[in-house]
Amino acid sequence: MRELADIFVRSVFIDNMIFAYFLGMCSYLAVSKNVKTAFGLGIAVCFVLAVTVPVNYLMDKYLLQKGALVWLSASFAEVDLSYLSLILFIAVIAGIVQLLEMVIERFSPALYQALGIFLPLIAVNCAILGGSLFMQERHFPTVAHSLSYAFGSGIGWLLAIVAFAAIRERLKYSDIPKPLGEKGIAYIITGLLGIGFMAFLGI
Amino acid sequence: MKQYLGPLRKDNPVLVQTLGVCSALAVTAQLKPAVVMALSVMVVCSVANFIISLIRNTIPPRIRIIVQLLVVSTLVIMVDQILQAYVYEVSKMLSVFVGLIITNCIIMGRLEAFALSHSPFPSFVDGLMNGIGYGLVLVVVAFFRELLGSGTLWNYPVVPQSWYAAGYLNNGLMILPPMALILVGGLIWILNSKKSSVK
Repeated sequence: MRELADIFVRSVFIDNMIFAYFLGMCSYLAVSKNVKTAFGLGIAVCFVLAVTVPVNYLMDKYLLQKGALVWLSASFAEVDLSYLSLILFIAVIAGIVQLLEMVIERFSPALYQALGIFLPLIAVNCAILGGSLFMQERHFPTVAHSLSYAFGSGIGWLLAIVAFAAIRERLKYSDIPKPLGEKGIAYIITGLLGIGFMAFLGI
Repeated sequence: MKQYLGPLRKDNPVLVQTLGVCSALAVTAQLKPAVVMALSVMVVCSVANFIISLIRNTIPPRIRIIVQLLVVSTLVIMVDQILQAYVYEVSKMLSVFVGLIITNCIIMGRLEAFALSHSPFPSFVDGLMNGIGYGLVLVVVAFFRELLGSGTLWNYPVVPQSWYAAGYLNNGLMILPPMALILVGGLIWILNSKKSSVK
């Protein structure tokens, strides 16, 4: 249990998707004009991460890794399909996003209204695929570990985008040098926030 | 011709369109991985543009995203295998970021905006040019980060030993990931101020 909590805290603060690895920067910069939409996208990312990473974990464990196919027949012990992981992961993600969209539309129109526009975009969000790839690299022992990691990363992403959107709302009233522009200052602010987040490294 | 040169500066995918930032920043602590990454993106972007443009009339519009993802991820797997075979150390350094080329918005963006409506050869050139525009930013950022952060270029020491003896220190801050963002911010500033002074 403690281990799970450790992974969670670690992925929220120390290995923060945005400030430590810059994953999902494109949508992070594009959809952070106001706090409300930023929050919506953050929730959607969090949700999709928490679903896709455990699924991909199972895929990795029972299909791709060396010797993963032993449950089919002992003669597959030497088969290593891990080079297929990229294509399988992205297919799983695209499929799940599509499925989620349909399920949410059917059962919770309110949530669909809130997430609707973001869901299709999320299939090509680097943070989602990145989550699965980091999960593969870290060799978590159980599904619960990967779920805790995915959820933590999602929360970290949400935290980052909401904080950034709040700063950006204030930025409208400040006097930025013309050539630097809104975009330039956005990069620099993210950089500074990142340096701030590095303080968590000691935990 | 002019429209193909746009991505190099005026429509630079990273600096102006804010696409593909994700991977652009994480691999730029040193020059070598940055160049390898830039080359990989160039190859994937141009070839994917070419292939999608070849089959653009047969893809049903509803599932085009999935088709595009599959084409791109197949190419990325090939690139990844080649990197692991020939430059193993660099591919270790790039780790998941090679895989993340799949979700690089530049590639998806060019596929959607260009390859789906143009014939194969122009698409190929367009993909290549966007790849180069992306690569340029990577190389510039990596150049400064490695030079100031480690005092080396391409792993060769360039800061003379006598400087260190005289008290020169490498700026460790440059190695940290957030500095990449600040450098890109600075690049945007420089480019924009040049553009407005020309006007």
